[in-house]
Amino acid sequence: MSITNTRQGSLRLVDATKIHSRGAIYVAQARIRTMMKWIWMILAIAVANPVLYLISVGVGLGGLIDKHVGAAGVDGVKYLTFLAPALLAQAAIQGAMDESVFPTIEGFKWHKTFYAMNSTPLTGSQISVGVFLAAFFRTIYTVLLYFGVMWAFGALESPRAWLAIPVAIFAGISFGAIMQSVAAKLENENIFFVVLGRFIMMPLFLFSGTFFPLSSMPFFLQWIGWISPLWHATELGRYLTYGHVITPAMMWIHVLVLTVLLFVGLYLSARIYSKRLAK
Amino acid sequence: MSQSLISARGLTKKFGDLTAVDGIDFDVSRGESFGLLGPNGAGKSTVMRMIGATSQRDAGQLTILGKDPEKHGPQIRAHLGVVPQQDNLDMQLSVTENLYIYGRYFGLPRKFVKGKIDELLSFAQLEEKRDSKVEALSGGMKRRLTIARALVSEPEILMLDEPTTGLDPQARHILWDRLFRLKEQGVTLVITTHFMDEAEQLCDRLVVMDKGKIMAQGAPAGLIKDYSTKEVLEVRFGADRNQEVADALKAMCERIEELPDRILMYTDDGEALLEKIYASGLHPKTSLVRRSSLEDVFLRLTGRTLIE
Repeated sequence: MSITNTRQGSLRLVDATKIHSRGAIYVAQARIRTMMKWIWMILAIAVANPVLYLISVGVGLGGLIDKHVGAAGVDGVKYLTFLAPALLAQAAIQGAMDESVFPTIEGFKWHKTFYAMNSTPLTGSQISVGVFLAAFFRTIYTVLLYFGVMWAFGALESPRAWLAIPVAIFAGISFGAIMQSVAAKLENENIFFVVLGRFIMMPLFLFSGTFFPLSSMPFFLQWIGWISPLWHATELGRYLTYGHVITPAMMWIHVLVLTVLLFVGLYLSARIYSKRLAK
Repeated sequence: MSQSLISARGLTKKFGDLTAVDGIDFDVSRGESFGLLGPNGAGKSTVMRMIGATSQRDAGQLTILGKDPEKHGPQIRAHLGVVPQQDNLDMQLSVTENLYIYGRYFGLPRKFVKGKIDELLSFAQLEEKRDSKVEALSGGMKRRLTIARALVSEPEILMLDEPTTGLDPQARHILWDRLFRLKEQGVTLVITTHFMDEAEQLCDRLVVMDKGKIMAQGAPAGLIKDYSTKEVLEVRFGADRNQEVADALKAMCERIEELPDRILMYTDDGEALLEKIYASGLHPKTSLVRRSSLEDVFLRLTGRTLIE
């Protein structure tokens, strides 16, 4: 005879099948709740960044460039039009990365919250996908906000400028997914942050054809662009927004690189999360 | 018939060359308060992680709620409430939010969780802190919140890993009182501790662990009866003289244990033994007669004290 116990609601209420299909959503909801504690900071950065870039590089440097190159423009268009897709993709990458790297380190190391999640029916894979979804969400609104600021600055003369939005988001989540898997592997984050800032993010930003076409770089430095999701997204964005010339083969390569990064990142993150939690 | 909620046979876990849990057997029945007592590094937390269906065994059998954790981790965890050794609350969220998101991880309906929160805040005596950030809570409050959080799904088994380590005496007593209430309500508890008073107060039955092995198991009173005498006389002769008198003392009682600062003498009548010592012409600097405890059981079984 079993002892009846009125307190054991888990028997009645917890539905393992439901958690199986929706666990990642629960994690994402919790992450977004935490994100909302910092939302004004996040939004301020998301607005301040484009404002600063558009004034200094876009208006200042752009004015100078446009005056000297004349009607020919850079890549056939005004400098700001040339720059816009790159800035947008860069903002997406930064937002996605912040929202996948920091929560991952916090979850495993700083507050060990992933271990708390994993003591519920949630699995390592669901936790990793949940963190990714929250980063995805932040990428979307960061890009939209950035786009809005660009519009206010008159940086969007092409009627197809909005096509840069999905491309930028795509680049953001691809890079975010990869960085999430790297962060999940980390034992010592201090060195990682130094390397990430100085030797990864900065060179990628400067050497991905962001401010000038990659072809103006010495050939031996162009490889940085080839491996950079930012360059692939920038090329795609320029192609879609103002008709920057790329071969169909290159277009597919850009799409393929971003897709592969995304799926490899998602797969590795799920795997590394599960393994590390089971240790 | 008592129903076995947890059953382990030859349970083993290795970390490289280290065998953290070395082929142990035990059962936990429904409604029972079961303890794992042992010093730090005995393998208690590793056992907890295996019962918690997050860390997998390397050998042996383990059944939790009739299921194998290797195959049904999420289904088992759906019915467990886990209080880890280190509070892993979300520091950026409020007390209420921590309970809410945790309830949602179990897929519990929003309405149910919201109703449950008030009950849990009252249980954990945290009503006044409901909107405070977790960061601002004291150690005892964080601990109570972690326990409240584990109860949000009304689990069948509540697992507590070192529930009162690091708390001051008052906070410990508040916590014991809360755990005692749960026990009275019939919640199955699995507790690890290296405090013998905690084990005596909270556990119906316990296993004594050392170096990954089970040294003995039974009810606290039974263990004391089996492995120790009714009373213990603690005497001190001063650090350098303890050694000298040890042989003389050994002849006067069943068994003695020499600790760095004192000698424990096992007997059924402490006062009578003390008189005998005085009569023999020895004069201890201090003496104390007390009941035997689980500490003495552990000392007998391993030759070491629980807290080193």
